[in-house]
Amino acid sequence: MEVMVFLVPLALCLGLVGLVGFLWSLRSGQYEDLDGAAWRAIFDDDPPQAPAPVAPRKE
Amino acid sequence: MTATLLTRDFSHYVKDVDAQIAHLDLAVEGVSCAGCMAKIERGLSAMPDVTRARVNLTDRRLAIEWKKGTLDPAQFIDRLAELGYKAYPFEPVRAELDEADRSKFLLTCLGVAAFASMNVMMLSVAVWAGSDMTQDTRDFFHWLSALVVLPCAAYAGQPFFTSAFRALRARSVNMDVPICIGVTLALAMSLVETVNHAEHAYFDAAIMLLTFLLAGRFLDQKMRQRTRAVAGNLAALKAETATKFFGADEIREVPIAAVEPGDIVLLRPGQRCSVDGEVIEGRSELDQSLITGETLHAQAERGTQVYAGTLNISGTLRVRVAAAAEGTLLSEISRLLENALQARSHYVRLADRASRLYAPLVHAAALLTMLGWVAWGASWHDAIVTAIAVLIITCPCALGLAIPAVQTVAAGAMFRSGVLLNSGDSIERVAGVDTIVFDKTGTLTLPELDVVNAGSVPAEVFNLAGRLALASHHPVAAAVARAAGAKSPLAEVVEEPGQGVRGFVGGHEVKLGSPAYCHAESLANEILSQDPEVSVVAFSRGSSEHYVFAVRQRLRPDAASVIAALQKQGIAVEMLSGDREPAVRHAADALGISVWRAGVKPADKIARIEELKRQGRKVMMVGDGMNDAPSLAAATVSMSPISAAHLSQATADLVFLGNELSPVLAAVDYSRKAMRLMRQNLGLAIGYNVLAVPIAIAGLTTPLIAAIAMSGSSVLVMLNAIRARHAGQGD
Repeated sequence: MEVMVFLVPLALCLGLVGLVGFLWSLRSGQYEDLDGAAWRAIFDDDPPQAPAPVAPRKE
Repeated sequence: MTATLLTRDFSHYVKDVDAQIAHLDLAVEGVSCAGCMAKIERGLSAMPDVTRARVNLTDRRLAIEWKKGTLDPAQFIDRLAELGYKAYPFEPVRAELDEADRSKFLLTCLGVAAFASMNVMMLSVAVWAGSDMTQDTRDFFHWLSALVVLPCAAYAGQPFFTSAFRALRARSVNMDVPICIGVTLALAMSLVETVNHAEHAYFDAAIMLLTFLLAGRFLDQKMRQRTRAVAGNLAALKAETATKFFGADEIREVPIAAVEPGDIVLLRPGQRCSVDGEVIEGRSELDQSLITGETLHAQAERGTQVYAGTLNISGTLRVRVAAAAEGTLLSEISRLLENALQARSHYVRLADRASRLYAPLVHAAALLTMLGWVAWGASWHDAIVTAIAVLIITCPCALGLAIPAVQTVAAGAMFRSGVLLNSGDSIERVAGVDTIVFDKTGTLTLPELDVVNAGSVPAEVFNLAGRLALASHHPVAAAVARAAGAKSPLAEVVEEPGQGVRGFVGGHEVKLGSPAYCHAESLANEILSQDPEVSVVAFSRGSSEHYVFAVRQRLRPDAASVIAALQKQGIAVEMLSGDREPAVRHAADALGISVWRAGVKPADKIARIEELKRQGRKVMMVGDGMNDAPSLAAATVSMSPISAAHLSQATADLVFLGNELSPVLAAVDYSRKAMRLMRQNLGLAIGYNVLAVPIAIAGLTTPLIAAIAMSGSSVLVMLNAIRARHAGQGD
């Protein structure tokens, strides 16, 4: 049963990693537009350049 | 806008991100799907020097950043107009920022509490299951639980602790007081028990309770935040601008926030006045239907007072501003939101009142339990443990969730059908309504004019007249342009003030204007003799072709069916209007309203509502004019269309969007359903306590039972609340 001395804190640490991840995502504004985020996932990353406008776009 | 001279000055809204980058927030109308989002972002990113363009699909807003000094904010608005979206610079009100911060804080608390709950459950389930567990292992698990729960509860419990503290300092009790007592005692006892190597600890129950409650609070907050964002967008999209004089000849279109008392603004034909003030130059006719309900136009000349919301019809006016813009719109919006925040639901208040009775009752029960057990011969330790278990299990968790959960779900459903709630307790008040009093102008009718005889004019002529009408600012001409769906104006059109517009198409002279201007008096008189309520505008091509368009305020498309549906539900419908009798009679006949009065003054409206209330009726007033504001306040509950005067909108408990009247029906349906569910939920919550308390008093509560009972009742109440998504027609 000594193994629990490692396993249980390890489990808690994993939970803590999850919490830190959640707080980071909250702080970086990922919950501000849930409707939009759902759609952004399926957009192309690099939209086909619309012809016309001036100056080539820099990435 | 028309004049090319006119420059638009939006610098008021531009913020600096750093030395190189400027930032602008825009509220965008018509963003409804992901396609719009991509179209706007790509369209704007393609502009040189734009560094970032990001649409928020939830709030319908756009954030743009660009290299300072390279672009004028007006260019973004033009670009968006080319893409097909109407946009307006946006400045979030203080209250909205506060809401957003609070929502973020609640979500952080919820995250922390959920983390602790899950991890403590992992430990607790092992303790519950492991009957052959050694005492050392159990103590180790209890200590670990304490290590996780205590700091997390201290952090995540903040919303409850501060609220309870505030209530206690004001010498009152709210729902949060028993919650705080329960949680604190549970944690303290668990800690003492852990130190004494006891078998039971209640860390899991305490943190789970906080998690469920926080989930409820967060949902509630999210709903309020969303309503507030929409209200903010609408305020921005009402395009509150004024054309202000900077010197004798220079005029600029500025946001309303930049206009101050004493400034002089220009009011063109067809423009709605955005300030209160006095005419200092010019003559015109004014449509004050938004303010008085009267559809006949009033004359304006030097010295006439004009109010925000007045529509200028024929001439150009110069107006000296009397009330600062802040005094008209912004302060009212913020007051409206302030009210919404403070007004708490009657039933929430009921729940608070219940908890005022409930707390002493439960605390007395716990005390009696302890004394009873001691009298029975139990040890003091066991008696105290049992008494605290009573407190934990009776913590009003389900009670605290029962009403906000239903309100949140119902408000969300109403939001989707175009109803915004201004005050927290409107749902209960709407549910009890048995009489609805409607105003006519702008409420049962659409706020804008419409062509009523489009069918009698050839489509090609109608189309041409519409394109010609685009050149005019007269509201009647604007109605023709709108009805014809005209997009491309004719070239080289001349406007003759007070008469009409003319141009050349295919070698013929085309004219749109007064019947005399187009030589169509006889046709116009014929139409006017049939229906004296309409306004007419004539169109002629060459010297032989004459047509007359009849324009009037049209009833909302679904008004008749909504009124019929309301009457079918046993709701009495009345119409009180400040307009003339023939117009009101016509509308009443078309809608099947048997009780109506015309030419009613604001005081008479209040008197009628008071009379109905004395008869024991629960009256809902639906109105939009500034003259309706007092009667809106007098009614049990009130509703306004979004096109209403600011004052009315600020007074109304609910605001509805769009051209249809169906939101009124939806509000009634959803509220009635929500009310039933709130009662059921209160029943469930109380029933749960009735069942659980004897178990606790008998000393049979284990942490497992506490955890199951608490989460079970919360989940039950939440699931029941979700049923408020669908209005129960007839059930």
